[in-house]
Amino acid sequence: MAGTASHTRHARIVALGTAVGTALTLALAGCSLTGSDDPAPGPDASATAPTGEATAGGKLTVVTHDSFALSDGLLDSFTQSTGIEVEVVQPGDAGALVNQLVLTKDAPLGDAVYGIDNSFASRAITEGVLEPYAAQGKAAADALGFAVEGDDEGALTAVDFGDVCLNVDTTWFDEHDLAVPTTLDDLTLPEYQDLLVVPNAVTSSPGFAFLLATIGAKGDAWPDYWSALKANGLKVADGWSDAYFTDFSGGGGDGPRPVVLSYASSPPSTVPEGGTEPTTQALLDTCFRQVEYAGVLAGAENPAGARAFIDFLLSDEVQSDIPGSMYMYPVSSSAELPDEWVQFAPLAENPFEVQPADIAANRDVWLTQWSETVIG
Amino acid sequence: MPARTPGGRWSAGPSHPGPSHPGAARPRGGRGRDRAGRLGRGTVWTVAVVVPLAFLVAFFAYPVAVMVGRGFVVDGQLDLSGFADVFSRPRTWRIIGQTLGQAGVATVVSVLLGVPGAYVLYRHRFAGRAAVRALVTVPFVLPTVVVGVAFRSLLVEGGPLGFLHLDGTFAAIVAALVFFNYAVVVRSVGGLWERLDPRAEQAARALGATPWRALRTVTLPALTPAIASAASLVFLFSATAFGTVLVLGGLQFGTIETEIWVQTTQFLDLRAAAVLSVVQLVVVAGALLVAGRARTRRERALQLADPGLVVRPLRLRRRRGEPRDDGLALVRGATALTALVVVLLALPLLHLVVRSLRVGDGWGLDHYVALSTASGGVTVSVWQAALTSLRTAVDATLLALVVGGLVALIVSRRPRRPAARRAVAGLDALFMLPLGVSAVTVGFGFLLAMHEPFGLDLDLRRSPLLVPVAQAVVAVPLVVRTVLPVLRAIDPRLREAAATLGAAPGRVLRTVDGALALRAVGLAVGFAFAASLGEFGATSFLARPDSPTLPVVIFRLIGRPGPESYGRALAASVLLAVLTATVVALCERLRRAGEGGEW
Repeated sequence: MAGTASHTRHARIVALGTAVGTALTLALAGCSLTGSDDPAPGPDASATAPTGEATAGGKLTVVTHDSFALSDGLLDSFTQSTGIEVEVVQPGDAGALVNQLVLTKDAPLGDAVYGIDNSFASRAITEGVLEPYAAQGKAAADALGFAVEGDDEGALTAVDFGDVCLNVDTTWFDEHDLAVPTTLDDLTLPEYQDLLVVPNAVTSSPGFAFLLATIGAKGDAWPDYWSALKANGLKVADGWSDAYFTDFSGGGGDGPRPVVLSYASSPPSTVPEGGTEPTTQALLDTCFRQVEYAGVLAGAENPAGARAFIDFLLSDEVQSDIPGSMYMYPVSSSAELPDEWVQFAPLAENPFEVQPADIAANRDVWLTQWSETVIG
Repeated sequence: MPARTPGGRWSAGPSHPGPSHPGAARPRGGRGRDRAGRLGRGTVWTVAVVVPLAFLVAFFAYPVAVMVGRGFVVDGQLDLSGFADVFSRPRTWRIIGQTLGQAGVATVVSVLLGVPGAYVLYRHRFAGRAAVRALVTVPFVLPTVVVGVAFRSLLVEGGPLGFLHLDGTFAAIVAALVFFNYAVVVRSVGGLWERLDPRAEQAARALGATPWRALRTVTLPALTPAIASAASLVFLFSATAFGTVLVLGGLQFGTIETEIWVQTTQFLDLRAAAVLSVVQLVVVAGALLVAGRARTRRERALQLADPGLVVRPLRLRRRRGEPRDDGLALVRGATALTALVVVLLALPLLHLVVRSLRVGDGWGLDHYVALSTASGGVTVSVWQAALTSLRTAVDATLLALVVGGLVALIVSRRPRRPAARRAVAGLDALFMLPLGVSAVTVGFGFLLAMHEPFGLDLDLRRSPLLVPVAQAVVAVPLVVRTVLPVLRAIDPRLREAAATLGAAPGRVLRTVDGALALRAVGLAVGFAFAASLGEFGATSFLARPDSPTLPVVIFRLIGRPGPESYGRALAASVLLAVLTATVVALCERLRRAGEGGEW
């Protein structure tokens, strides 16, 4: 073999290989831009995070759905008072959340979870993704009032709730000289033909909540009610925003339909600039109550931190922040509500109810039947 | 300056004069070089094959396999009863039919509209052409959330196009799919057409063929490979469309992709989801097989010409004294059709802009001003999110360039052994797969597989790096399709000449392949960048609230009540569209005539 030449060539090949490898490693390490001023530590840090007994301090990973938000600085104040650094991961919407937790049960995505609602609560509890904890936060007693029936150990702690109700564009009804409908049955009347739009129960969690409202109201006869709605010109949109902004006349998108499925807390957002009253109103006899829970994940690396976080969610500062940040009502009876909520966003007095255990047992059947009835 | 420049992979081959400068390699070394050279080349190619394959396996094949495996393995036992069960449901067959129907019709319509578009936008010159080319590309990278809003608010009863009664129909879905994919056909067919030597057609005309007959019997057959390749891409994109189908049609128009989503996220029926994932793979592999066939056929030599000589000014009026059968009717027809399509493409975009300027009952820039505030459930301002998007896209693009560049390099070779040639073709198809596999499967797969991947002691699931990686997986095929034609166009004899003259393999790569491929890199960067800017599917599974990307913020904003959030979401969408258009327009500038351009 020709000594020098092959040596240099070999060196060059190695150099090329190294260069390619380095480039890839650099790119993989995201040195270029992604990581540059990211306060969150990289994978190495999380991999070497202290396990087992993390008493004070440490790192906490909170898994939640994509509507989770708290005002700026709130999480920082939690870090300051406890020394626990919080990292939030949002792997999808509320429905996907529980399924993801079930799938990753053996290697949990984090330490605490927030955002499991009562329609998924039973599945989360029976699948054993949660570690029971009796919350100590200020609103702990209030939270107990919303506990999942049968959850005696306290796997889930209620944090906030909201009423999913039909909303009407009162301006539209004034202009058309038509009385505002008030009950579920009104919407099957001929004068309200082609006026209602709801999100799909299969693809949208408020959509499913409304299906539960009708199941709570009509019992086993709910498919007949939906058939009647369909015969009266019901429109099914894909998601809440699609229904509210594109089809609804009062959401800002100037759509054609004046009745939409939304929340009891939506009307305050429709107070026009310079106006004093909202242009929409929730129909409080058509509601299903959604409760959102938090819990400690089984197999958490930092269970102490997770428990502290759940207590933090029940503190006054977080409870008072929930309406503005997440459009839900706090469970705390002492937390302050925004003025416009007090005025324009009353809760339903008797929302329809379906027990979480029933939902867990029948969810798939109901959704399949709903699809067959409404979508065809 | 040779008249024929190195063109796409349809290059003239042996008769090709090639670029004038292969890099002057000094003669050096002796007989020992040969063996050592082969050894060295072997090592280089091994590295070039292993690196991208490792990337694809780690960040695509492995997560998908883990997720699909969950559906087939019950208590450690392989259970394939899911197939019989899923296939016995009539719903499954309906869904497969709808997937094929929607994607098939969308592909046919895209081709029927795109070919005349390619003719007008690439075979002719006119003022504002660059702007029109950028405009037609914007839809391709807009997130479906935005397109859904833009389309539905046009089509909804009482909307500007409400009188058509298209809301929630099959036609609306097809229209949206064509809206997304028109540019794919225009660009890949146009890229060849602007280099196709017009003399063959002129000869046919001289022999008495009518313009239509010459087009049909000479030009279109020459373009067929490019059209087939574009069609397969459109089919792939359409068959895996998710948001578009749900927002515009709803579940009654459900496809394999939406059904996988429903079964996975709603019913947690992993068995059904796994079966459907396999079905999806079969459909996608079928489409890629067709594409591969078309590609093999296209390898035959074509007479290519310098676009400078081919592209003519667009003239719609006949000068006095010119013959009547000069094909003016064809030009007029194609121009009219393309103008109509461009207007139709612009409508939803324009509607978006108009809507974003609507403030209460009046008009104003309020929503744009609000882009700099972080409120209403979003923890960062839209500008910050745009910055995050840009940064993530830079990382994703870098990654995609390294991986995609290497893949293109390998696939551009034509080994002599049939087995090796098949392996190369297989590799090409393999890296296209991410375009055809459900984002839900990949996203859930990430969550399952990235904890202690391959038994390593690390948890990548919470890593911020996973977002650019996920985007790069989708951007790699675009890089490959852009760089490949240029590399394929390089006359192999050029490399042989350089090697004979004594250039080491690395040097041949650098001075021949590298020098020529650099020209296409600008274009590849643009597409990879734009695609990662708009990527939402896999990103939404990995979203990090402290640093959300722009599409994620738009999605959050539009998920909250109140005209302010809505207006701000629309303004943010316009910002995203403008960002995209700018990137595409810049790439149009980088792209000089005759340098790559199929994707």
